[in-house]
Amino acid sequence: MNTENYTPVFDENELKTVQMHISKYPKPMAAVMPLLWMIQEKYGWISVESMRYVGDLLKLPHDHVLGVATFYSMYFKKPMGKYHLQICTNVSCMLCDGYKIFNHISDKLGIKNKEVTQDGMFSIEEVECLGSCATAPMLQINNKEFHENLTVEKVDELLDKLRNSN
Amino acid sequence: MEKIILKDIPDLDKIDVYLANGGYSAWKKVLKEMKPDDVIDEVKKSGLRGRGGACFPTGVKWGFMPKGNEKPKFLCCNGDESEPGSFKDREIFEKNPHQFIEGSLIAAYAMGIQSVYVYIRGEYWRWINIMEKCIEDAYSKGMIGKNILGSGFSVEMYVHKGAGAYICGEESSLMNSLEGKRGYPRVKPPFPAAVGVWGNPTTINNIETLANVPEIINKGGEWFSKIGDPKHPGTLLFGVSGHVNNPGVYELPTGTPLMTIINDYCGGIRNGKDFKMIIPGGSSMPPLTKEESLNMKMDAESLKAVGSAIGTAGIMVMDEDTDIVHVLQRITKFYYHESCGQCTPCREGCGWMLKVLNRIMDGTGRSTDLDLLISVAENIEGNTICALGDAAAWPVKWTVRKFRKEFEAKITKENIELPVLNKVHGLRKSDEYVSIEDETNPVVENLIGKVQEIQKNDKIKHFSS
Repeated sequence: MNTENYTPVFDENELKTVQMHISKYPKPMAAVMPLLWMIQEKYGWISVESMRYVGDLLKLPHDHVLGVATFYSMYFKKPMGKYHLQICTNVSCMLCDGYKIFNHISDKLGIKNKEVTQDGMFSIEEVECLGSCATAPMLQINNKEFHENLTVEKVDELLDKLRNSN
Repeated sequence: MEKIILKDIPDLDKIDVYLANGGYSAWKKVLKEMKPDDVIDEVKKSGLRGRGGACFPTGVKWGFMPKGNEKPKFLCCNGDESEPGSFKDREIFEKNPHQFIEGSLIAAYAMGIQSVYVYIRGEYWRWINIMEKCIEDAYSKGMIGKNILGSGFSVEMYVHKGAGAYICGEESSLMNSLEGKRGYPRVKPPFPAAVGVWGNPTTINNIETLANVPEIINKGGEWFSKIGDPKHPGTLLFGVSGHVNNPGVYELPTGTPLMTIINDYCGGIRNGKDFKMIIPGGSSMPPLTKEESLNMKMDAESLKAVGSAIGTAGIMVMDEDTDIVHVLQRITKFYYHESCGQCTPCREGCGWMLKVLNRIMDGTGRSTDLDLLISVAENIEGNTICALGDAAAWPVKWTVRKFRKEFEAKITKENIELPVLNKVHGLRKSDEYVSIEDETNPVVENLIGKVQEIQKNDKIKHFSS
């Protein structure tokens, strides 16, 4: 995770992947979402500089890339914690104590929605339904793994595990 | 009951297991024996209706696509699945992905399509990986690609990863997102079959819809049309969540009684409690009261009859202790968050409804807030480009109407001035109020007088509070 602003550069292999994405669609503009995903995968978040970079790669106006990057909520426009915890509180999770899980994590880490802990380890976000309604409550980490059927104890264990994995 | 999609065969996501169990036989049959129009006729005969919520007959939709190859044609498979309470497509990606791939290939053949895009929501990282692997496997077995099995038919298939926007489940918004734009819905007409992605003819089908197709080809449309309710045949993947003992996805014929699903399959309500409210098809659908639920059959027509809809068949069950106002507040918060901001009634209206619900939850609600909520909802409904406006308005309108007592119990504060403004606002639409033109009516006379008085005293804080 780059916490400071950065200037993105793709190496030769990554540029091949860029070409692969462009070749999937009739027009290069369509590759903007996969390319933004590549940037986020590599640098952890999407800086304005990298939106310009994607625009240049696809020969698109920079503001178009900015428009796309800001429209979609999974693209991070600022640095998040090393472990970004996305906790669902939508109806099915709420019925199964999703807010209890959210508040517990929030209190334990001492941060509110969309904030990052001082050591940069954790950030939390209240997210909308992630399609894990039968296994509620749940959270997702860094847009990837689902952790389902949570209890306060399981959350404590998970946080300890993540903290010690360094 | 025989299952069509979620079969009890382990490891069906592995192509060898799928092939050993008769996989891709429908695809081979279509390529060898059937003309594209035969496939469309068979699907029409089956009576298969879209599983994404609108329940449009699939065969008819396919028939809208122009014949001939003047322009390239596209198939978009809608795996955005962001409706709260829905988690069925995820189950298909995990348990029977190749049947969905086979179905979309058959659909592509029937409509003369050469490019298939599978749009999957970005949060489904794990299932995107599964799908990418499965598509790769299908390519390696020669099921996708150029001149498939020597038939002369070619088709390519790609996965497009979303990035967290509920609105992209709306078909025209999905097309914009696929083109690399913000996911704004488009004005229809023109419909996608005429002007779709990159201006070309396009069909958008739900994942579950397409997963049904191989079995329709294998066993015939007539066989399919006899399963479940005759007007809405086949099976549905009911995703049950909330206060039940065994939540999960259950594949059952359409028309299965709601109480059978909850009591026999989901093991009843948790902790032996009674239930208060059930949302039958994802959070956008009007909720059912206990009385309505008891004899409800789960198919499109039965739910339509009571003013609700089958939606995505995501059933959310709430027990007797549930705070209905809190549930509605959370639902509205979702639509406020997900409104794309293109149409004013939806963008502003969702915010207004949320503010009103927030103050009812905070204990500062006003006695007129309930009519105000209904009024705002009715002014969103039908006044937006896409159905997100309706989806936001329906739960508010119907939950307040059906569970009014729950809301009234939270409102303690009486406010004399605001009823006036609310009534003036309500005069525009609701039949319950007198016409504002009728100035001789004492009620109107009184109202106008009070409004003027309030305006003079500069107390109009109603919409900004």
